[in-house]
Amino acid sequence: MFKLFRFLKPYSIPVACVLALVLLQSLFELYLPTLMSDIVDKGIVNGDINYIMRIGGIMLLVTAGGTACAVLAGYLSAKTATGFGKILRSKIFSHVENFSLHEFDQIGTPSLITRTTNDVTQVQMVTLMMLRIFISAPIMCVGGIIMAVSMDPSLSLVLFVAVPVLAVAIAVIAGKAMPLFKAMQAKIDKINLVLRENLSGIRVIRAFNRTDYERNRFNDANLDLTSTAIKVNRMMATLMPMMMLVMNLTTIAIIWFGGIRIDSGHMQVGALMAFLQYSMQIMFSLLMASMLFVMVPRASASAERINEVLDTVPSIKDAAQVKSAGGKSGFVEFRNVTFSYPGAEKPAVSDISFSAKPGEVTAIIGGTGAGKSTLINLIPRFYDIDGGSILVDGVDIRELPQENLRAKIGLVPQKAVLFTGTIADNIRYGKKDATLEEVQRAADTAQATEFISVMKDGFDSVIAQGGINVSGGQKQRLSIARALVRRPEIYIFDDSFSALDFKTDARLRRALKEETAGACVLIVSQRVSTVMGADRIIVLDEGQIAGMGGHKELLETCGVYREIVSSQLAEEEIA
Amino acid sequence: MSVQRRESGHRGGPVGGFGFGPGGGGGPRGGGPPMAMPAEKARDFKGTLKRLTGYLKPRRFQILAVFFMAALSTVFSIVSPKIMGQATTKLFEDLMMKLNHVPGAHVDFQYIRQILLVLVALYLFSAFFGYIQQFIMATVAQKTVYDMRKHVDEKLSRLPLKFYDSRTHGEILSRVTNDVDNIAGTLQQGLTQLITALVTIFGIIIMMLTISPLMTLICLVTIPLCLAGTKAMTSRSQKYFKEQWKELGILNGHIEEMYTGHQIIKAFGRESESINRFNDVNERLYEVGWKSQFISGMIMPLMTFINNIGYVLVCVAGGIMVTQKALAIGDVQAFIQYSRQFAWPITQTANIANIIQSTVASAERVFELLDEVEEIPDSADARVIEFPRGRVQFQNVKFGYKEDVVLIEDMNIDVKQGQTIAIVGPTGAGKTTLVNLLMRFYEIGGGKITIDGIDIRDVKRGDLRGLFGMVLQDTWLFNGTIRDNIAYGRADATFEKVVRAAKAAHADHFIRTLPDGYETVLNEEASNISQGQKQLLTIARAILADPAILILDEATSSVDTRTEVAIQKAMANLMKGRTSFVIAHRLSTIRDADLILVMNNGSIIEKGSHSELLAAGGFYADLYNSQFAGAKAV
Repeated sequence: MFKLFRFLKPYSIPVACVLALVLLQSLFELYLPTLMSDIVDKGIVNGDINYIMRIGGIMLLVTAGGTACAVLAGYLSAKTATGFGKILRSKIFSHVENFSLHEFDQIGTPSLITRTTNDVTQVQMVTLMMLRIFISAPIMCVGGIIMAVSMDPSLSLVLFVAVPVLAVAIAVIAGKAMPLFKAMQAKIDKINLVLRENLSGIRVIRAFNRTDYERNRFNDANLDLTSTAIKVNRMMATLMPMMMLVMNLTTIAIIWFGGIRIDSGHMQVGALMAFLQYSMQIMFSLLMASMLFVMVPRASASAERINEVLDTVPSIKDAAQVKSAGGKSGFVEFRNVTFSYPGAEKPAVSDISFSAKPGEVTAIIGGTGAGKSTLINLIPRFYDIDGGSILVDGVDIRELPQENLRAKIGLVPQKAVLFTGTIADNIRYGKKDATLEEVQRAADTAQATEFISVMKDGFDSVIAQGGINVSGGQKQRLSIARALVRRPEIYIFDDSFSALDFKTDARLRRALKEETAGACVLIVSQRVSTVMGADRIIVLDEGQIAGMGGHKELLETCGVYREIVSSQLAEEEIA
Repeated sequence: MSVQRRESGHRGGPVGGFGFGPGGGGGPRGGGPPMAMPAEKARDFKGTLKRLTGYLKPRRFQILAVFFMAALSTVFSIVSPKIMGQATTKLFEDLMMKLNHVPGAHVDFQYIRQILLVLVALYLFSAFFGYIQQFIMATVAQKTVYDMRKHVDEKLSRLPLKFYDSRTHGEILSRVTNDVDNIAGTLQQGLTQLITALVTIFGIIIMMLTISPLMTLICLVTIPLCLAGTKAMTSRSQKYFKEQWKELGILNGHIEEMYTGHQIIKAFGRESESINRFNDVNERLYEVGWKSQFISGMIMPLMTFINNIGYVLVCVAGGIMVTQKALAIGDVQAFIQYSRQFAWPITQTANIANIIQSTVASAERVFELLDEVEEIPDSADARVIEFPRGRVQFQNVKFGYKEDVVLIEDMNIDVKQGQTIAIVGPTGAGKTTLVNLLMRFYEIGGGKITIDGIDIRDVKRGDLRGLFGMVLQDTWLFNGTIRDNIAYGRADATFEKVVRAAKAAHADHFIRTLPDGYETVLNEEASNISQGQKQLLTIARAILADPAILILDEATSSVDTRTEVAIQKAMANLMKGRTSFVIAHRLSTIRDADLILVMNNGSIIEKGSHSELLAAGGFYADLYNSQFAGAKAV
């Protein structure tokens, strides 16, 4: 938790001011009972009304001063805490944006989202609380003790008994309650999980007649949660009454012993009254401070998660000495490339070698898990390979700046992802300064114009978050247009035509052929009809090349390819 | 002297349930957590409140007891300052006598001891009742909420699919969890706080009046100031809170989008823009955030200030009055205590109003759910299909999701036992709808569907669905082991059966390459295996369930055709004698069907076998041929 406070550096002056202001405010607060005791001991005893009024005036000034300090401190601490949150969020986000896919796999996207949002909020809240309470509570406590002792040292002995008793009582109850709170949180998570699953799988639950089972599951979780909640609340029920009792009994003790002191002439009544107030202030600030000890662990958990993200170093970095690609354009070469996902037993691809030139279409076909997507994800250097090398335009991609490398590539992934914004914005994602003509042309080629033109706002139609207001096929076409508008040297289509019906698919590929004529095209597909016309077909089987060549060649030489083909085309069409 | 409940703005449990405990334990009340949702207003406040109290009815005696004890506990703590004042007065008088050298003057410890003993008794009672009331309330609140949750869950299981399809999960979830938790918190803390606060206010006023009406007046001057101050602050901060909530939503949405689409951002090199956009929203959030924080943080110092003014007034006026023998010194002390004690119940009551509003709003949302229209219940004298053979008939079936949009018009099909039916057509043609109707997920608008001659509405839904084995396009795998996921359809399956099913689905191989094999736990989004592998598991699940009728809904489209062939062989065995409905996109899977139903715009436009349809040269033939038209390109 405190590791994160290094981000508070820009706010070190405001924090120092807050500390000073709170100190001042506390002093003002502490001074009031003393002034009051003066009213009693000097004013009332002597019947001096003027004195009383004068002291009253001073008290008003003091309290005004205290309030002014509090307001100022509040202003500064609000700015500091929210500023802290802002800085933290920004740092995390920028850091994450530089992550490679590997780090995302490691931590998990939903977890990353939570860490950037909820966890930061937790930490921010606790920081605010700390600025407000953490400082004022100990000061009030210590200050109160000092004032009390200065009023009457022997009576203060009562406090030296009462305060520890209170502290111990709070600690005991807290100690018992904390594990219960943790358990309760887990049970809440459990119930949420059951509910979420029931919602997302409602069809399956009903189809498989598991309604009763799920209901029991929920009931168990519900009962569990309720019984824990009851325990927790019962435990907490002891806290307030117990604390009040300790404080009140202390008061009684003070009056008793104070009375004795008064009787022996060592103490004044006004002083006694002030003493009572101080003792209350002390105990109450103890309470406040204890609250903090409870909040900090929760924020610590969040802080830990945030630190984990910040400490994660992106595994893919630009090399110290980067090269430029030189004059070549559109060459992709794999030399004995082997790659395993981190922690996997077997490599996802092994010993892959091929080379592709501009103007060529290289198709990659193979079974599920054969390594097709993995292979092409290596080209933009989303992962670093374990063995061999990948060369783009003659240069090892590890020596190219990532930005330059990716600028050469137009990727259309398997699952189309669109962002909030207009259709034109989404297509322009491929090329920031694309003109409207370029955008429209890309949309035409991608066979997207037909559905864009029937939309009310055409290219200015807004895509909602997650792209839910367009169908799967439409998303894919926009995704393709996005890559097209870039006019890259290298096109990568990762099974990008699967959501399209056959007619659209055919038209699209015809249009693409023209548009991508000079570039190096790599297509991953499962449809033989798509790969049949490629200049080079690479057949992958369990991460290795089972065959490479043209359609007819492979039919004769590659058994795996024959199998795939025969399952899709009727006998007559193969020839 | 009773505890000066400091104007912390929080009360109830040690300043907010000891560390803002998780929901149900009662979050920080009073000022509310800095980032809390602004209180919403219920539409039918009275009605919902009535209904909510109805939930409390079964436990009304306990609640009354709690209220009574809370009041009692408060009364005890109110009376004590006055009594303590008497002790102080005595001390003072005795001291004055001493100072004035009255002979034989001494502190009357006997008298003081009596008073103190009375006080001890009062405090013990107060603490005792305070404890008991919270103790009982714990059970009451939690049990009430338990009932609520249970009702909601049971209700959910009776709601038709129409309900689920027309809402986002987040919304439904929010009602069952957040709203219910909100109610729980209020019940636990809010109610008793309200009672305590009200009793305190009135009690204190009464006590003050018994001591000195004049001083009471002086004290009361501060009340309207307090109220006005709180109101002014709260309404201003509300404005900023709303803004803050909005910006937070935008920011979170942006973060979610950027992280989910990380691959695209990297591929197109748009990291810096994403960061810039983020920083803009972040900055706006900051601006709005610190303002709302500041203003709501002002309440405390403001209250303290007003309170202190009252304190000063009491000291001065009281001091003067004592000098003029109009008041006893102990009374001044009592007044000081009372005026201190006064502040928080006032702020508390103002806040409680807010809290109750938001609680009733929550309750309203929950009740809305409980009032939803349920599925038509299973018929009382349901029939049972003893030995299902799988003869399915659709007779003049009519259906539409919405009243005015009819998707299926006068559909008639007759599927004989053991036949494989392929359903083909463009997206939105009505293919999934067919399944929805077969499984009676939705009710048809006209005509009837029969299985083995029995109308499916005459069969219990559970039994009906037990006849089918479904493999959906949207695989649903849950957070459990692979083994549990496969066995989901058949709870009593042995491990051997699971493995056999997995082998038949060609999933066994990849399962064994996973670190924990069959015991591998799938995470919640099941993202640790690929799409294709997910489908294989779903197929294994259907195989294991061994149903009378199979429904494959675009099941194998994420699986490559080569593997699909192997699966098809296994399925062909499975399908022997079993009626199967296959909704597919790939013409290659449809080729071997007994009957092909070509659908478009909700109706069946063509029927027949593959060769028949090709020969007919219609829509189907068109679709089939276009698969190869593009083969020459790219």
